Amino acid sequence: MTVTVERGSAAGGKRHSGGAAHRPRRPGDSYALFLLPGALAFLAVVVVPFLMNTGVSFTDWQGVGGPEWSGLANYRELAGDEDFWASFRHSLFMVVAMAAVPTALGLVLAAALFDFVGKHFGGRVTAVLRACFYLPQVLPIAVAGIVWSWILAPENGSLNESLKAVGLGGWQQDWLGDPDLALYTVMAVMVWVQLGFPLVVFMAGLQRVDPALYEAAELDGAGWWRRFRHITLPQIRPEIHVVLLWCTIAALKVFGAVYVLTKGGPGGATDVPSYFSFTTFFEKTQVGYGAAISTVLTVLVLALALVGLKLQERTDA
Amino acid sequence: MTTALRRYPVLIALCVAALFMIVPFLIVALNAVKSPAEYAQNGPLSLPEGFHTDGVRDFWERVDFGRKLVNSVLISGSVALLAVVLSVLNAYAIGIGRIRGRTWVLAFFVLANVLPQEALVYPVYYLSKEVGLYDTRLSVIIVFTVIQAAFGTYLLSSVLGQFPREIVEAARIDGATRWQVLWRIVVPVSRPTLGVLLVFFFIWTWNEFLLPLVMLISNDNQTVSVALGVLQGQRLMDATMTNAAALLGLLPALVFFLLFQRTLTRGIAVGAVK
Repeated sequence: MTVTVERGSAAGGKRHSGGAAHRPRRPGDSYALFLLPGALAFLAVVVVPFLMNTGVSFTDWQGVGGPEWSGLANYRELAGDEDFWASFRHSLFMVVAMAAVPTALGLVLAAALFDFVGKHFGGRVTAVLRACFYLPQVLPIAVAGIVWSWILAPENGSLNESLKAVGLGGWQQDWLGDPDLALYTVMAVMVWVQLGFPLVVFMAGLQRVDPALYEAAELDGAGWWRRFRHITLPQIRPEIHVVLLWCTIAALKVFGAVYVLTKGGPGGATDVPSYFSFTTFFEKTQVGYGAAISTVLTVLVLALALVGLKLQERTDA
Repeated sequence: MTTALRRYPVLIALCVAALFMIVPFLIVALNAVKSPAEYAQNGPLSLPEGFHTDGVRDFWERVDFGRKLVNSVLISGSVALLAVVLSVLNAYAIGIGRIRGRTWVLAFFVLANVLPQEALVYPVYYLSKEVGLYDTRLSVIIVFTVIQAAFGTYLLSSVLGQFPREIVEAARIDGATRWQVLWRIVVPVSRPTLGVLLVFFFIWTWNEFLLPLVMLISNDNQTVSVALGVLQGQRLMDATMTNAAALLGLLPALVFFLLFQRTLTRGIAVGAVK
């Protein structure tokens, strides 16, 4: 980072004394200086801790005393750690629940709200419906967790009570306490949490689409589904890319929801890498091992983000 | 073409779906105002018979909720302000100054923003202990200012990249320093985007969980999110108090939402596809 700044400073100065600036450059009057506070803060809060974390992942360290170099031992142990692999498998489930399903549902809902409700029932109705879908997004995850674990409680929980009330008492479950069920329950909650984000992005994107396209298609007799497939989808492809990418990254990083809903339980059935590293850091105090877990997670997330940046660059060009 | 008969089923289906989204809020609100006896007798689905605020009051006192609110407002407010200032400074250099290597600098900020906080949390915890900032609200403010500013820099840089250069150059010819151009021209003109960022940073910081959970261990420093999350983990509360807690937790979020609905949806549109 420092290197970039120094280079930027020299280059920025040169550029301006030669090109746009119509007056001699005063000392200290360079654009790169404006980057200095940000760069220093970044160094202290992101770069240094990140490098420390990576370094620690090659050591055996309990958080007290000195870390002992152990090379790749943590990573070798990870490769054989069934809990670690399970947590990553659960991540894939989270990607389905937080990226794939909300994107698909969000598309259909956005198209229905924009193209149908907006047209026939007006902007007010659309805005109210959109607000309902978006609401869970503004909620702190801790609050969402409290709400849902109470609704899903085995005894007296609203869901089980409702099932009983409509005569489906046999379907009652210990939604978050049953190891076979807990992951799917958490997934359902995450769909609820996440749905509003793609919906709102897609609705904003649809405003760019030329209404004449829809009118022409409608005149040609294209039904809703064909308009959706041949106009809506291709027109908001950039939004779909961005949403899928952001949501996938969010899914890989999910922590708060697991912490408040299940604490990774029952019996590790809902453990995810971020929660796994958290407990390894702070409960088991195997800091080196926790650092290795979070490093693997970071590599995965950054790789994904880089691919996304590249893709976006290509669509921009 | 579409007859009214065909229109309504879709609308009704959408309304049912929307209702399903807000049902959890509604049952929480209903049960937060029941008395424990009433809840025990009639279960979670009955309508409340009266309006009992005991649960809310008990919970408020038990966790010193006022204090958590102050902490959350203080932390989120400071982060929002500081992160906007930092984003503006960075984006000024990148978007208007067009310093060399800006693509790399930007990519770096993006990556820093998507970085899992798990990869920072232990060193941040350790370092803050070393410098005596552990369990202070300031530690959380510093960390989130930087993390939010990473996103702000990314967004603002592309906005300022489109800034009309003639204005900047005209001011420079008139003898304004870069510093003056920034505060007298760029900032006032970009005010709408800065407003969006301010709201976003505030809400995101308010909702943050992992780092505040690790950094703010004493009751006096905790935020609303952490206090609720920790209580939830302990499962010490009865049902009415749980609902009171949930209600108190979601009220501020609801207020922000109603106040800033437009800003939020506009901001998502700006942020998602630059």
